[in-house]
Amino acid sequence: MEYTKMNIAELSALLQKREVSARELAQDALRAIAEKDARIGAYLTVAEETALAQADAADAMLKNGEGGALTGIPFAMKDNITTKGVRTTCASKMLEHWLPVYDACVTERLKAAGAVMLGKTNMDEFAMGSSTENSALQVTRNPAAPDHVPGGSSGGSAAAVAADECVFAIGSDTGGSIRQPASFCGVVGMKPTYGTVSRYGLVAYASSFDQIGPLTKTVADNAKVLEAISCHDRRDSTSLPEFDTKYSALIGKDLTGMRIGLPKEYFGAGIHPDVARLVKNAADTLAKQGAEIEECSLPAVGYALPAYYVLCCAEASSNLARFDGIRYGFRAEGIENLDQLYRKTRTQGFGREVRRRILLGNYVLSAGYYDAYYKKAQQARTLLIGAFKELFAKYDLLLTPVAPTPAYKIGEKSADPMEMALGDICTVPVNLGGLPAISVPCGTSAQNGAELPVGFQLIGPAFSEAKIYQAAAAYESAQ
Amino acid sequence: MAKYESVIGLEVHIELRTKTKIFCDCPADHGGDPNTRCCPVCMGMPGTLPVLNKEVVNFAVRAGMMLGCEIAHFSKMDRKNYFYPDLPKAYQISQLDHPLCEHGYVDIEVNGEKSRIGITRIHIEEDAGKLVHTESGSGADCNRCGVPLIEIVSEPDIRTAAQAKAYLERLRELVRWCGVSDCQMELGSMRCDVNLSVRPVGDPNLYTRAEIKNLNSLKSVVGAINAEKARQIDETQAGHTLLQETRRYDPEKDKTYTMRVKENANDYRYFPDPDLVPIILTDEDHARLRAMLPDLPEERLAKYTGEFGLPAATAQTLCDNPALANLFSAAAESVKQKKLLANLMLADARAAEIPAEVWAVLANLVDSGKISRSAPEKLLAAYRETGREIPALVQELGLEQVQDTGLLESVADEVIAANPKAVADYKAGKEAAIKALMGQIMKRMKGSANPQEATQILKEKLAKL
Repeated sequence: MEYTKMNIAELSALLQKREVSARELAQDALRAIAEKDARIGAYLTVAEETALAQADAADAMLKNGEGGALTGIPFAMKDNITTKGVRTTCASKMLEHWLPVYDACVTERLKAAGAVMLGKTNMDEFAMGSSTENSALQVTRNPAAPDHVPGGSSGGSAAAVAADECVFAIGSDTGGSIRQPASFCGVVGMKPTYGTVSRYGLVAYASSFDQIGPLTKTVADNAKVLEAISCHDRRDSTSLPEFDTKYSALIGKDLTGMRIGLPKEYFGAGIHPDVARLVKNAADTLAKQGAEIEECSLPAVGYALPAYYVLCCAEASSNLARFDGIRYGFRAEGIENLDQLYRKTRTQGFGREVRRRILLGNYVLSAGYYDAYYKKAQQARTLLIGAFKELFAKYDLLLTPVAPTPAYKIGEKSADPMEMALGDICTVPVNLGGLPAISVPCGTSAQNGAELPVGFQLIGPAFSEAKIYQAAAAYESAQ
Repeated sequence: MAKYESVIGLEVHIELRTKTKIFCDCPADHGGDPNTRCCPVCMGMPGTLPVLNKEVVNFAVRAGMMLGCEIAHFSKMDRKNYFYPDLPKAYQISQLDHPLCEHGYVDIEVNGEKSRIGITRIHIEEDAGKLVHTESGSGADCNRCGVPLIEIVSEPDIRTAAQAKAYLERLRELVRWCGVSDCQMELGSMRCDVNLSVRPVGDPNLYTRAEIKNLNSLKSVVGAINAEKARQIDETQAGHTLLQETRRYDPEKDKTYTMRVKENANDYRYFPDPDLVPIILTDEDHARLRAMLPDLPEERLAKYTGEFGLPAATAQTLCDNPALANLFSAAAESVKQKKLLANLMLADARAAEIPAEVWAVLANLVDSGKISRSAPEKLLAAYRETGREIPALVQELGLEQVQDTGLLESVADEVIAANPKAVADYKAGKEAAIKALMGQIMKRMKGSANPQEATQILKEKLAKL
């Protein structure tokens, strides 16, 4: 029996009825990983021992009638989220052997819920990238087409869910890093409202953009996982004090009267015709469910990509400065003085893309350039936030593609950072605005002899997760 | 030859005495073995986040108010990026363009000449750790990482070393006074950087300055200023161009030495810290913090000797200890006999441990004659032990004085009748003889007589004999 093919709701029912134990589920999932992962490469670390221990704890909870929606459910954690005693590498040589001394808030929440962590998933180094090809440690393949990338940066998490090497996975999204790999791999990925999931224990890439979220097989699963991980956390100053976490509340309600806008800027040049077609089909399906679909315009989105790269690189250059070889992580050999220690450690410890973004960030923050770049980019961000606000006065949600194209071949774009960056054009505006957005599978595109998954994106105003899940679930049930 | 004057501005770093560090729950006080007063947050471990300790803001604002500053309604934290092994995150969280306090001043007097030294700004920031060099190599001790600091930047209003010293002394007095730091230069809880340039007297322009870092005593500040002024005048007169540079002062050689010139200076790449939210202070916040401020030291001294009628020495003793003076001021609000209160408090070596309300109750009980002048000592001992309320302790220890005049009169009559010799001595002019009679009254009443009242009655009865 391959339990990991099933979704959370189904497995939870079996667990509650004691038809299967959490330990059996964990063993089954570990078997699936052992069978498939040599080919997929989703996991950087398989934490067999802790997984079985957590499964036993989950069984005890279930036995005592203390189990919840996630108790005993096996999942995969992106490797930039700290797990006490389980190495957390950020897919970087810099942290290849780093053992965190503390759990991230999300790790604590999932432990408390009785979920069972199978291991840590591959990603672009420090979450910088869109294909997981920037991992310094291993290649991850798209389960739908193994010579294709899984997307990124949460490529390992998306691939693990798609390949049934876990039931759900946790990712992080700075500019699309949950949604784009979800789209490429054909799973559901949610980037929640900024401030609703604690960043405590998420190794920072760009603090004002980073947000943790779930990757799942179904929309309902996704809402359940988000309900488990979302909370106020006093250890994160950007964690919001009060908000409603009943994300599943509207699932199953019909869409009559829901207004959904299709911003035309997201369907312009550069969007693959299959992607445009599949997303428009999704719009038709939503319309049949009662939603009112209307084309609209968001011109400010044109500023999004340059503003995003300036700001996130600026934050990254500072966030990643602590990796200096002094206290933990990689330290270069043959050091003669302090300057060399920094220089060699950081040159050898970071990959090309990470160094590129650190350089870019330091440049835009340096004396004399701050106003021209960082400040301007902040103004563009403010402008975009205002433009979104105006649109959301008219529409409940916006429907767009997630990525301009389906997954591409491994190595196809990795030589051209500019082309890679353009792939983020549909996802970064959401992070600039701190908004919630989901990626939902909506068909496949036949490319290079493979059927490549494509997803659509639903964007809502802050705290509209329940409504996003409502529309996404309505679409899903119409398939 | 032209006469030169120096133009001096001071940057003073002061450690705030909050219980915990600025961004985590670790203790902020000195001591401890290396790396025993730190946690993943102040050690900057990957994934950790800072959370601003509100008490740091309150303390800094109190210092700012004490120094006549305008207090911000909007303030924020910025990152100052540079690499050094004692800085775990490779950036210091500080404040760049929206400091908590601005435009303050300190009034000083040197040789009878008064001047006002402007304060440009006061901002909050975290301290770095410290490097420990041993034979086996160098190590970083993170105990100091995240200890809250205020940086007080003065205007270039200071002209002489004596003024600088007066400024620092007054600054230290005021900051200590409002209870936010002990400002001990020798322990490093107050440190000073000097910015100095020279110019011909009468020239209003500012010239290239040097910054002398990390001076940790008033003596070294004075020495550094004199040495650097002399050096700059020598260089200028020799026709050399001065460089904008950072220097250090060697007190043994009484000279300053180059550390780095500006071309090699760090570009700190400041930007707003995205992990922290802006600090918003409302008018209500301002009012609440202002209400917590003590009077200025000299205002308080004047109040104690004037309105309160305390002897100068008593007032001064209280004012020398700001915490005790704060306590006294609080207790004095509900006590009529301020001098009695002051004497009670000064008689107790650990007076600061006792709440103001307790002092007020004690003083009022003595004042009304309900307890004797010597009872508070016993009551305080019992209070320290049990923490129970004073009136209950008075009952329990039987310290209530009898004010039953009828009883006192009859006891006085008995004593007079029983001690004809003492009575005769008193009548013969030996005033001291009354003490023997008082002693008898006290003995018969087991110490519960109010001595003033008893003396009064005794004297009246003796006069009638």
